[in-house]
Amino acid sequence: MKKFDKERLLLGLAAPLLAIVAAFLVTAVVLLATGKEPFSAFGIMFDYGVKSDSQVYILNKATTYYLAGLAVAVGFRMNLFNIGVDGQYRLAAFFAAAVGGALTLPGFLQIPLIILTAMIVGAMWAGIAGVLKVTRGVSEVVSTIMLNMIATAIIGYLLQQGRLGHLDSAGTKVATKPLPESAHFFSFTTQPDADPIWGFIVIAAIAGVAYWFILSRTRFGFDLRTVGASESAADASGVNVKKMVITSMLISGLVAGLIGMPTLLNDSYEYGGDFPTGIGFTGIAIALLGRNHPVGIALGALLWGFLERGTGKLEFEGYDKEIVGVIQGVIVLCVVIAYEVVRRYGLKRQQRQVGAKLAAQAANNSEKQEVSA
Amino acid sequence: MRRGTVHALVGENGAGKSTLMKILYGMQKPDEGTIAIDGEQVSFNSPGDAIARGIGMVHQHFMLADYLTVLENVVLGSEKLYGIGDKARAKIKEISDAYGLNIRPDAVVEDLGVADRQRIEILKVLYRGARTLILDEPTAVLVPQEVDALFENLRELKSEGLTVIFISHKLGEVLSVADDITVIRRGTTVGTADPANTTPKQLAELMVGSELPSPETRESTVTTTPMLTVSDLKLSAIDPDGVARSVLDDIAFTIHKGEVLGIAGVEGNGQAELVEAIMGMRTPDAGAVTLDGTDISTTPTRKRREDGIGYIPEDRHKHGLLLESPLWENRILGHVTEKPNSNKGLLDLKAARADTQRIVREYDVRTPGIDVTAASLSGGNQQKLIVGREMSHKPKLLIAAHPTRGVDVGAQAQIWDQIREARRDGLAVLLISADLDELIGLSDTLRVMYRGRLVADADPATVTPEELGSAMTGAATGHLEASAEDLAQAQAEAAAGREDAPGTVTGTAPDTDPRTGGEDR
Repeated sequence: MKKFDKERLLLGLAAPLLAIVAAFLVTAVVLLATGKEPFSAFGIMFDYGVKSDSQVYILNKATTYYLAGLAVAVGFRMNLFNIGVDGQYRLAAFFAAAVGGALTLPGFLQIPLIILTAMIVGAMWAGIAGVLKVTRGVSEVVSTIMLNMIATAIIGYLLQQGRLGHLDSAGTKVATKPLPESAHFFSFTTQPDADPIWGFIVIAAIAGVAYWFILSRTRFGFDLRTVGASESAADASGVNVKKMVITSMLISGLVAGLIGMPTLLNDSYEYGGDFPTGIGFTGIAIALLGRNHPVGIALGALLWGFLERGTGKLEFEGYDKEIVGVIQGVIVLCVVIAYEVVRRYGLKRQQRQVGAKLAAQAANNSEKQEVSA
Repeated sequence: MRRGTVHALVGENGAGKSTLMKILYGMQKPDEGTIAIDGEQVSFNSPGDAIARGIGMVHQHFMLADYLTVLENVVLGSEKLYGIGDKARAKIKEISDAYGLNIRPDAVVEDLGVADRQRIEILKVLYRGARTLILDEPTAVLVPQEVDALFENLRELKSEGLTVIFISHKLGEVLSVADDITVIRRGTTVGTADPANTTPKQLAELMVGSELPSPETRESTVTTTPMLTVSDLKLSAIDPDGVARSVLDDIAFTIHKGEVLGIAGVEGNGQAELVEAIMGMRTPDAGAVTLDGTDISTTPTRKRREDGIGYIPEDRHKHGLLLESPLWENRILGHVTEKPNSNKGLLDLKAARADTQRIVREYDVRTPGIDVTAASLSGGNQQKLIVGREMSHKPKLLIAAHPTRGVDVGAQAQIWDQIREARRDGLAVLLISADLDELIGLSDTLRVMYRGRLVADADPATVTPEELGSAMTGAATGHLEASAEDLAQAQAEAAAGREDAPGTVTGTAPDTDPRTGGEDR
């Protein structure tokens, strides 16, 4: 059955490629409409995006995005739309920063403690949506959106002087107390004067492998995927669907808790007003782009980082930087459409192939019978 | 096809009947070939075109709004024809009287039975001016008495010059109502038959191209060891109006090792709920379920399956398969905690795949490989995979809901054989089926379910489908005893040669998955 596998791989690659090509075409039209020449813009993006310091930037960004994509993908595999990844990671990072700033322990204790705090906070926050869905039938889409808002409000309330906030020495911004040296995560130095690659990329890679292993090699993962594929079949097969909803929300939240960690432990070392926001939503786009596949998500995360880097340069060249938003939005739309088109085509095609093969077999058999008779 | 006749189209599932009808009704376009009506060549792009040409289709699954009246249902979408008021009501009366359909325009559909609903569907089509009616498996949901009434209606239609295309697997019925018969197999016409001088057996052999199996099983393997005991099971559900309705009422029965207990009943009388209660997918309000001496009333579904309940679900797409997953993953489904599928929490892909190969081989699942999705197999092959999967775990109790529905004749025989064989080894089987011949042929004990109660029991050795049919509509209760003349007649028939008795006609039962509209995928 190697042939089927190869075709499936081809079909799997066809969708994202189709989507990206379509997205660039649409963007080209948009650029033309704003009176700019599109191909030079793409040229600038590519030239700048492949420079070595850009590569470091993209890898660091992608680390965060990858974790966000994984967090969303866990939910997607189970047909849960965890829009709340955004609130979960911000709240998680905030409390992790507060805990980390308050303690000074040796690094091998301090860092795991911070990460663990983040994961637990993320999981608890996501768990609320899971419990509401199971016990009260509240759609996780609605509850997680609301929880995002509440997370923002909680952080806003606590991030004030006298509470968990802390005015920096320059007296210009309020943030959590900075993490001690011991809590700084290691990083890879590439060139002496350039930014280093965040060490958290290792954790992200481990998370990706764990995601793959749990989903495709364990009983638990099979149950989870079964619920995603057909809730009724899962129920009949003996999966406790309600328990599964809560468990997968918790896992999604655990991973979401990791999203803020690369920034916190490798870069900002504190949670302030300038801590990146909105990455949860980026994660949705990346999970879609990567088809919930660990490698696909990695490629999606890299593409996203690349687009951001490339368009940063566009701004200096006189282009509107909003164009990147357009490209990203168009990519997501194209991806959703392309996947559905390719999926349907693939299913139909397979049905036809199976039919044709069986007909051929049957024809062979009857021929043989006639010959022998 | 001649005007003013009933033309039957018979063939196995997957033979191409549905596809042909879809083309006739404009739902699908043919690659080649032509359709001519009254000598005029036509091509349909949509069902609208077909309706305009006077072709109407009565689907296997009724397309009626439960909370609307008959009148409202009929005018829905054709408001322009006769309005929605008295004119429409008069027209409905007129059609109803002309063809003896006996329809009350102001009844609410919800209150009507299956046979009434079917007549509404027919009326709907006539109301839109159809001169050619396509009836897809119209008898699948009817009990024998209702089938007779339907055939009366069809004869009325015929006498008024309308043409009826009648699709069915049930050859006895086809022979009794059709004027012409076309048999198709694997997408081509393999023959035509004249119902006047064709026996069901000849027709069936034309249809499958081979000898016919029968569900007969007579040597008893029933033991006295109870395997499944259900006592005083009660279940109520809240219907859409917010009223609590009793779905299962004081259900009690025992299945012994080596026994097949058949449950007859018109669909929707609580059979599905009963199965789900035994599987642990629904929590009953009261009552106990005991499997092999252990009370499993509060045991979760997975544990029940591990303890030896095999499950062939009524709706295989909904409960038995992951349609977009490959066959080997479907082999794991429902048995993920058991060998060979997994080992201490980890999946054993190699063993699972190897075992899938074995099932495909032993149960003759026609597939080019185990990596294709379940959706790409035909209904019969999907069912064989499910049966193979459930039997591979050596169940103590097999719950088989419509095990041969939508399955071709060859596979049907195989599934029956497997059930019989496992029964010999002490398997207890709860068989739920709409195919009365299958029930009578396979069961050791028969019960009839009506409105959530077990209202009648019967001995499969003596009961006739007609008697079961009347109990299924609630007309008879208690122990069904064949009357003397019935018995004499049955014996005479048996003596006259089994091939003419309806009991040997074992066309495939319809696939009534609501989402696929009778398509055999």
